[in-house]
Amino acid sequence: MADIFQSSQPIYQQLAERLKRQIIRGELSPGDKLPSVRETGIDVSVNPNTVQRTYRELESMQIVETRRGQGTFVTEDELILDSIREEMKAKVITDFVRGMQEMGYSDEEIQSGLTNYLKEKGEENI
Amino acid sequence: MISLKDVTKRYGSKRALDQVNLELTSGKLIGLVGENGSGKSTTLKLIAGLNHPTNGEIKVSGNKVDRRIAQSVSYLSELDEYYRFFNVRQSIAFYASQFKDFDQEKAYEILKFMKLNPNDKLKHLSKGNRGRLKIVLSLSRNVPVILMDEPFSGLDPMVRNSIVKGLISFIDLEKQLVLITTHEIREVENILDEVIAIKDGSIIGHHNVEQLREEKHTSIVDWMTDIYE
Repeated sequence: MADIFQSSQPIYQQLAERLKRQIIRGELSPGDKLPSVRETGIDVSVNPNTVQRTYRELESMQIVETRRGQGTFVTEDELILDSIREEMKAKVITDFVRGMQEMGYSDEEIQSGLTNYLKEKGEENI
Repeated sequence: MISLKDVTKRYGSKRALDQVNLELTSGKLIGLVGENGSGKSTTLKLIAGLNHPTNGEIKVSGNKVDRRIAQSVSYLSELDEYYRFFNVRQSIAFYASQFKDFDQEKAYEILKFMKLNPNDKLKHLSKGNRGRLKIVLSLSRNVPVILMDEPFSGLDPMVRNSIVKGLISFIDLEKQLVLITTHEIREVENILDEVIAIKDGSIIGHHNVEQLREEKHTSIVDWMTDIYE
């Protein structure tokens, strides 16, 4: 269980990323209530103080909102949800391209490689 | 919450702790790590009032520590000591008779979480289940300070995991401070707020673990390896 987090990076950030991915994948829908701080802590074996910090962080980014006495909820603001999707996409692409460039591939090679890959994968799925 | 000021402890000519200064605040899970014989257990025993410092002063919640500190400190020994003829239920009743802050309702809640049977005799419990029972007994007290000496020692991964989850589930971080000594750093690295490294009786590092990761991009294990050399 401890393996879902990298031990050299802040856990609160990794947990925030994890929740953002769950929102993008639709495992958490707009308006859904997040589990309590303690429940999430138990679920991922993380200190509740750290989970609290993650929730605060997501709240400051307006991805979730805390309603007094009710709990913490995923935002229903489409603009914010779209921007998380874009942000996560940009992040994954950046990592991918950096990795390819580090190995010496040109932009054309990256592009054609990706196009071919998607095409083959698309054919597999037919 | 807990403060040690210039605390030295000698056993004969051996210096177990050498002018240790520590300030620990409530609402945190704190790990005390270091190799065998570095002074971890001594530190816990001194805070629990089971041993007296040769020099220096220890306070818990502003009160100077003596034997009566057991009223506000729950101490879990690393020893596997228990009354073999008791069953689980009797052990809980015994603890409840010894500590007026012992919360029996909570004890049975943790017992259920740990999947222990109240009717099992202690002498028939596996080592893992004795480890679990120790956690039940030490977390069931409504005290501001919980000290745990090597709670994972010699236990298999399943048991260690249930103890980690038990800690997260049943500690009240609004009101309690938990100080835990362990060799199994990987087991606790995601649940600690702070880590203190001790070597040859001296504190050689004390950090907020998230800060350690954020500012130094290092894990507790790597940090330990680094400063221990």
